[in-house]
Amino acid sequence: MSTGGKNKLVLGYGTCGIAAGATAVKDALENELATGKYDAYLDIAGCMGFCFREPIVEVTDPDGRSVIYGDLSPKRVSRLLEAVAGGEVIEDWVVRRSDEPGAGEGDFLANQHRIVLRNCGNINPESIEEYISTGGYEAARKALTSMTPEELIDEVGKSGIRGRGGAGFPTGTKWGFARKAKGEQKYLVCNADEGDPGAFMDRSVLEGDPHAVIEGMIVAGYAIGATQAYIYCRAEYPLALKRLDIAIAACHEWGYLGQGIFGTDWDFDIKIKKGAGAFVCGEETALIASIEGKRGMPRPRPPFPANEGLWGKPTNINNVETLAAIPWIIANGGDRYASVGTEKSKGTKVFCLAGKVRRSGLAEVPMGYTLRQVIFDVGGGVREGKEFKAVQMGGPSGGCLPASLLDTLVDYDAITATGAIMGSGGMIVADSSTCMVDLARYFLSFTQEESCGKCVPCRIGTKRMLEILARICSGEGEPEDLERLDILAGDIKAGSLCALGGTAPNPVLTTLKYFRNEYEDHILRKKCTAGVCPALITLHIQEDICTGCGACAKICPVEAISGEKKEPHAIDADTCIRCKLCLSRCPEEAIYAE
Amino acid sequence: MEQVHLNIDGKDILTTSDRTILEAARENGIRIPSLCNEQRMEPYGACRICLVEVEGARGLLPACYTTVTDGMVVHTATEELIRIRRTILELILSDHPKDCMTCESTGSCELQDLAYEYGVKDARFRGEEHHYEVLADNPLIERDYDKCILCGRCIRICREVQGVGVYDFVNRGFDSVPGIPYDKPMMESPCEFCGQCVSTCPTGAITSIPSKGKGRSWQVEKVRTTCAYCGCGCQLDLHVREGEIVEVSSPLMVGPGQGNLCVKGRYGYSFVQHEDRLTTPLVRKGGDLVPAAWEEALGMVANHIREAMDDEGPDSVAFLSSARCTNEENYLLMKLARAVVGTNNVDHCARL
Repeated sequence: MSTGGKNKLVLGYGTCGIAAGATAVKDALENELATGKYDAYLDIAGCMGFCFREPIVEVTDPDGRSVIYGDLSPKRVSRLLEAVAGGEVIEDWVVRRSDEPGAGEGDFLANQHRIVLRNCGNINPESIEEYISTGGYEAARKALTSMTPEELIDEVGKSGIRGRGGAGFPTGTKWGFARKAKGEQKYLVCNADEGDPGAFMDRSVLEGDPHAVIEGMIVAGYAIGATQAYIYCRAEYPLALKRLDIAIAACHEWGYLGQGIFGTDWDFDIKIKKGAGAFVCGEETALIASIEGKRGMPRPRPPFPANEGLWGKPTNINNVETLAAIPWIIANGGDRYASVGTEKSKGTKVFCLAGKVRRSGLAEVPMGYTLRQVIFDVGGGVREGKEFKAVQMGGPSGGCLPASLLDTLVDYDAITATGAIMGSGGMIVADSSTCMVDLARYFLSFTQEESCGKCVPCRIGTKRMLEILARICSGEGEPEDLERLDILAGDIKAGSLCALGGTAPNPVLTTLKYFRNEYEDHILRKKCTAGVCPALITLHIQEDICTGCGACAKICPVEAISGEKKEPHAIDADTCIRCKLCLSRCPEEAIYAE
Repeated sequence: MEQVHLNIDGKDILTTSDRTILEAARENGIRIPSLCNEQRMEPYGACRICLVEVEGARGLLPACYTTVTDGMVVHTATEELIRIRRTILELILSDHPKDCMTCESTGSCELQDLAYEYGVKDARFRGEEHHYEVLADNPLIERDYDKCILCGRCIRICREVQGVGVYDFVNRGFDSVPGIPYDKPMMESPCEFCGQCVSTCPTGAITSIPSKGKGRSWQVEKVRTTCAYCGCGCQLDLHVREGEIVEVSSPLMVGPGQGNLCVKGRYGYSFVQHEDRLTTPLVRKGGDLVPAAWEEALGMVANHIREAMDDEGPDSVAFLSSARCTNEENYLLMKLARAVVGTNNVDHCARL
C-alpha cells in the first residue's frame, strides 16, 4: 500500500489493543508527531490478530516494507520514532517483518489463510475510502447490477460456506429458503450477539472491517428479497457499535444504503439493535423476540424464521463472520472459495485462541487444518513450556478434547464426531495446571447462569448438574454422581427447547468421556491432581528449596505460614484456606499444591 | 386447509393441516401428557412433557407446537420419551413443595396427576429450592410461587385472552418467576380479577382465596348453569358442597365463553345464597313492600301500563331493557314496546 512517500504508522486500535494500553500509545505518538520532527504519520486499524503482543504498531516505509512492533508503551514511543526516522529495525520488539517472514512471530501469520480477516488490521475501519481502495463494494455493485438473486444464491451455494455462528447450516440453502418464502416484506438480520466466553472474532471483524459485513448484508438482502436489515449487536461492544454507526452513515453518503442503491431501483437499509448481553439472544428465535422488544426467550422451531421470523415475516439470519466472507465469495467466485477446505467444510474459519496458548489472538485457517496445526503452528503451543492437556472447542456449548485428538481436522463433521462442536470458533487451551472437572464446572456455570428459564430441562437440569459438579469439586461427590450427570446430560440434550440447553452438557460429557479419571480422583480419592480445587489440595513448602525469605508468610491472609528467618517455613494445613497467594509469591518456587 | 393423513402410535389418523400433533392425538383418543399447553391459548413449548418422536425429524418435537404434515409417523411413548418425561417431572419436583396434603389444588393438580401416572416418588436430583413469600395482597387471588412450574399459562392467558398483561416473567434461568411490574400488589396493577390465571394454573401456585379449604375436587358436585350477569350466556359450573357454592368455574371450550369468565361470573356468586336476596316479587301496599306472587306482580304492571296508554297514549310509556338479559329477551321487550304497546320509547341500560 502506498504511504505517500512518508513512513506510515498504523496503530492496532481494536478493543484488544485499547485494553492493553493503545490509547496512551496513541496520545504519545500524536504528541511526538505533532512536533514535526518525524517524516511520518499515524493511522489506526482494527485488531491485527496479534492480541498477545498488543499494543501494536505497524510501520510501513515509503518503499512498502513493513515491520510490526509489539508490546509498545508510551515510554517506547520516542525510541520507536527515532528508529523509524533512522531506517533502523528494533529487533527485540519485532512481531513480524515483511522482508523476513521468519522473524518474530511471523509464522503466526504465515500459517493463516485470511479471507474474512482480509482487511482487519490493514485498513482504517472508520474510513469507507480505505475499504473501497481494497476493492470494497465492488462485489455488491456486481451483485446488484449484473446478477439475479437466484444466481447469487447459486454462487454462495457453490462456495459451500456454512453458517459460522456455530450451527454450520449451508448458507446458500438458508438464503434459498428465505428467497422462496412467501411474503412481500422480508427481513435480514446480522447476528452479532457474540457471547461465548473466549470468542471475539465477530467483535474483531466489526471493529476492524465493518464495511465487509455491511457489503455482505447488501448482497444477502438483495438475494433473499429483504429491503430492511438489522444488526443485533451487544451493547458491551461499544467500539464495534461506534464503527458500525460510522460505516452505515458513510454508506448513506455514498449511496450504498438507502433508496435506489448503486444506481439501481433496489432499496436497502440497516438498523442497529443493541442487545443487553443475554447469551440466549444469540439463538435466532430469542434474538427475534428481543428485536421485537420482548423478553429474549426462544420458541420451538418449526416454524423456522425463514418462514415466520421477525414480526412474523420471512427472515434470514446470518452471523458476522459468514456475512464478512460473502463479498470475497462474490468477487472471487464460489468455486475459488470451495477450493479451500475439506469435502463438506469449505473455506476458512476464524479461531480465537485463548487460555494457556502462547499466542492468544485471532487466527483464520483453512478448513482441513488439524487442531495441532492451529494450536501449535499458529498458536505457538502451550505457554511456559507446560504440557498441553486439552482444548475447549466451541465455547460453553462445545467440548473438551484431549491431546490424543489433536490430529482431528477443522471440519464441522469431524469435530462434531468427537463430542465437541466447531461452534463460533473459540479455542481455549488447557495445560497440566487446569482441572478438567473445574473447567466443566466453569462452563456449565456460564450456561446455567445464561439459561432463559423457559424450559424445564435447561432451567432446572443445568442447575442440578452444576450443583453436582460443585459438590465433586468440593470433595463431597458420591460415586452415584457420575451416573446422575450422565442421565441429566442426556435428557437435557434431548429435551431442551433450544440449542443453549441442547449443548450445555457438552463440556461435562466430553470431560467425562476423555478425563473420567479426574472425576474419579475427585470423588473416590478426594484428590485434584491439577492442584486447582481448593477443598482437595494441601499446600506444602519444600524445605530443601525454601530460603526462609518470609514472603509467603507476609502475603498469607490467614497467618497459616510460620518459620524462623532464613529457615525453611511451614504451612499449617488446618488454617490454610488454599488461596494459593503464597504459591504465586514464592520467588524460589518452593511451594506446591497436591 | 388440507386433509392430512398421519400415523400416531400405529393408528392411522385423518385430520386437517391446522392441527398440532397434540390436538390430532387427543381428538383420536391418544393421550399425550402436557403441562404448559392449554386450549385457550397459543402453544408455548416450554415444559417439554409432550415431546414426541417424529420419524425423520431431527431431535424430539413438542407435540403442542408441531403442526401435522401428510405422511407423518409419530411415536408418543417410546422408552426414551418416558425416561425424559420422568426426568423432567423429577426436576420439577426437586424445586416444588411436597405439601400435597394441604395444598388447595390436590385432586385438580396436573403435576400431581403426572407424578402419579409416571410413578415419580422421590427426586433423585435434590438441590436448591425456592422459598418465596405467599402473596395474598387482595381478597380474591393468592399466589404461592413455590408451587409455580413456570408453564407461563397465567402470563399468556392474561395477555392473549384477557388482553391485560398483568404478569410476565422476571429474573432469568433458575430464578425466573412470574411477577407483576415492580412487585406491586395486585390491587395496584391493571388486574381485573377475572381469575383467568386461577382457572389455568395447573398447580396450586395461583388459587382463589374465597374457595380456600372449602372442598376438594372430588368433594364437590358440579352444577352446570348459565351466568346471570349478562346476556353473553357463559356456561358456569357451580362447585357445590353440601348445598353451598364454594367455587365457580367454566367448562373449557363450551358455550360462548369457551371456558373464560370475568370477575362477576367467577367471583360474584355470594348473592346466590345471601339472606338479602329477593326470592319473590315485592308489591308496594300501603307504603310497604310486600311479597307477592308473579301473577299478581305482573298483572299489576300490565294494568298500570294499560291505564297510562288509555289516559295519555302509548308514548306515555317507556321500556328500559337490561344487559343482564339475552339478545332474545331484549328483542322480545322491544317487540312488546313497539308491536304491543305501540311506542318507540325503548332503551337499554348499556346506554346510560
